[in-house]
Amino acid sequence: MGNRKLLLENIHIEGFDTFDVYRKNGGYRSVEKALKSMTSDEVVEEVKKSGLRGRGGAGFPTGMKWSFLAKPEGVPRHLVCNADESEPGTFKDRYLMEKNPHLLIEGMITSSYALGANLSFIYIRGEFMYILHILEKAIAEAYSKGFLGKNILGSGYDLDLQVVPGGGAYICGEETALLESLEGKRGNPRMKPPFPAVKGLWGNPTVVNNVESIAAVVPIVNDGGDAYAQIGIGRSTGTKLISASGNLVRPGVYEIEMGITVEEFIYGDDYCRGIANGKKLKACVPGGSSVPILPHFLVTKTATGEDRLMTYESLADGGFATGSMLGSGGFIVFDEDQCVVRNTWNFARFYSHESCGQCSPCREGTGWMEKVLHRLEHGHGNMRDIELLEEINKKIEGNTICPLGDAAAWPVAAAIRHFREEFEWHVNEPQQAQTRNYGLITQPSVVV
Amino acid sequence: MKAHQPVSQANNEPVEFSEATMAKAKELIASYPEGKHKSALIRILHLVQSEKGWVSVPSMDKVAEILNIQPIEVYEVATFYTMFHLEPVGKYVFEVCRTGPCMLVGSDDLIDYIGKKLNIQVGETSSDGMFTLKTAECLGGCGYGPLLQCKYKFHEHLTKERVDELIEEYRSGKYDQN
Repeated sequence: MGNRKLLLENIHIEGFDTFDVYRKNGGYRSVEKALKSMTSDEVVEEVKKSGLRGRGGAGFPTGMKWSFLAKPEGVPRHLVCNADESEPGTFKDRYLMEKNPHLLIEGMITSSYALGANLSFIYIRGEFMYILHILEKAIAEAYSKGFLGKNILGSGYDLDLQVVPGGGAYICGEETALLESLEGKRGNPRMKPPFPAVKGLWGNPTVVNNVESIAAVVPIVNDGGDAYAQIGIGRSTGTKLISASGNLVRPGVYEIEMGITVEEFIYGDDYCRGIANGKKLKACVPGGSSVPILPHFLVTKTATGEDRLMTYESLADGGFATGSMLGSGGFIVFDEDQCVVRNTWNFARFYSHESCGQCSPCREGTGWMEKVLHRLEHGHGNMRDIELLEEINKKIEGNTICPLGDAAAWPVAAAIRHFREEFEWHVNEPQQAQTRNYGLITQPSVVV
Repeated sequence: MKAHQPVSQANNEPVEFSEATMAKAKELIASYPEGKHKSALIRILHLVQSEKGWVSVPSMDKVAEILNIQPIEVYEVATFYTMFHLEPVGKYVFEVCRTGPCMLVGSDDLIDYIGKKLNIQVGETSSDGMFTLKTAECLGGCGYGPLLQCKYKFHEHLTKERVDELIEEYRSGKYDQN
């Protein structure tokens, strides 16, 4: 497995965040190529061929999403970049935008052209205000060099691009909540259908794509979709940014070729270099806080003993019984001293805090889960509480407008599935549980 | 839902915004297609908070006037988004990330430490009016925790020693420019 980089390759070049240096190193070639020698449909075709899957978490094929865009005569269309990066464990888009802002701008131009959008937006979480300023500077440069505005490069294609901040709400990463927020409203997700591809921003057909997906369009157009699809394994093509956090020697953002082993990623010299402070691996949440937690014996190997790979398929191998998801690539690692109950409570508190309150199962259910997990963690729980959590879970999952409910339910279900002993221990020996002396759960608590 | 703070009823004196804030607000409004200028609302609230330190009811009313929308349209947005302070806060607000990945690297202890150091609980303001301590859900710096944000600036890889320094740096006005 190679070590090719498509998105972060040149970021260490001095001044790479400026137009001139970026351009000198091959920047904006995809705009020239697309606008001068390709039709918009040909660009869409390359993206389809590349096998690129949405990098925000859902993994839906980007080219297919683009092909759903409605194109009624005389109605404006929009491309909206989702830079609301808020999934706990995920901080790759921030890194990409800070280090390589012009790559995103270039991707926005090329992608907007493919979609026939003349007014596009980057919606960025409000906490990243300093990055909003970096992007606005890059956009101003692109305007002054004729890559944005009217009649770009003499092609007759017009595009305006704007950055819009949020105000601190995880839910605005959900695409319809994002669109509501972009319209200056509360971030309450919309009922689907109609999908944004038919009725999106201001009722116009809209595509919402993650930062990393849009950035990946640049190498896809430059080198062709086939070349991109050759990187990776099976339906997991190309490179992926992984945000590594938790108890690692070297946490941070890494661009990997899809298909390296999880073992290599956690312990390899090029990546995280193992667990911090000489401790052992206890568990891992490989795709952001919403995906199921894996106990250590299912992190580097699947239940059938195969090497676990950094791909959509391999991380999901075994379904929710013994697998997880690649999600947004928020790779959170727990050492042997960490408490799964405490972490599950922490995540439940997060979802309870971030529920928009629109659907009762989510609004009430996340609050209940937070309360029940709080008492389990703090030594006031009983065995019935563990069942209660499972019941609440089933009542939330699938019963809400948007996936936040599922995202809140899955981590709790997985934690109980794999670490039931630890929950029971909190009930049976609450005093001891408070000492935080855990040790590894060495025996599989699931039948594999 | 705990984030949805009550709108303060105190102090209903009308407010004025600085020329810079007004000019930027007008520029933002003009940047959207006709009739779609409400999209500028959240960014204008950021501008208002940057100028006034917090977002009062009279400030929201003024924003509604600038955007030519109903005040309720501003209230419902300002109360939804957790970055907006709807009550007066200290000169500097430390928002410490408390979510999973930061917790794994010690954010709970750090929050306690800052509280003790400033002699306040989470949500309170120090007696000299300089610092407010708040917790925040995931700030998007998971690999660099524990961390806090103050006036849009990230302070990462925090230790107790670094927090001591940081408090002194803020007191001395080191970060007051930009």
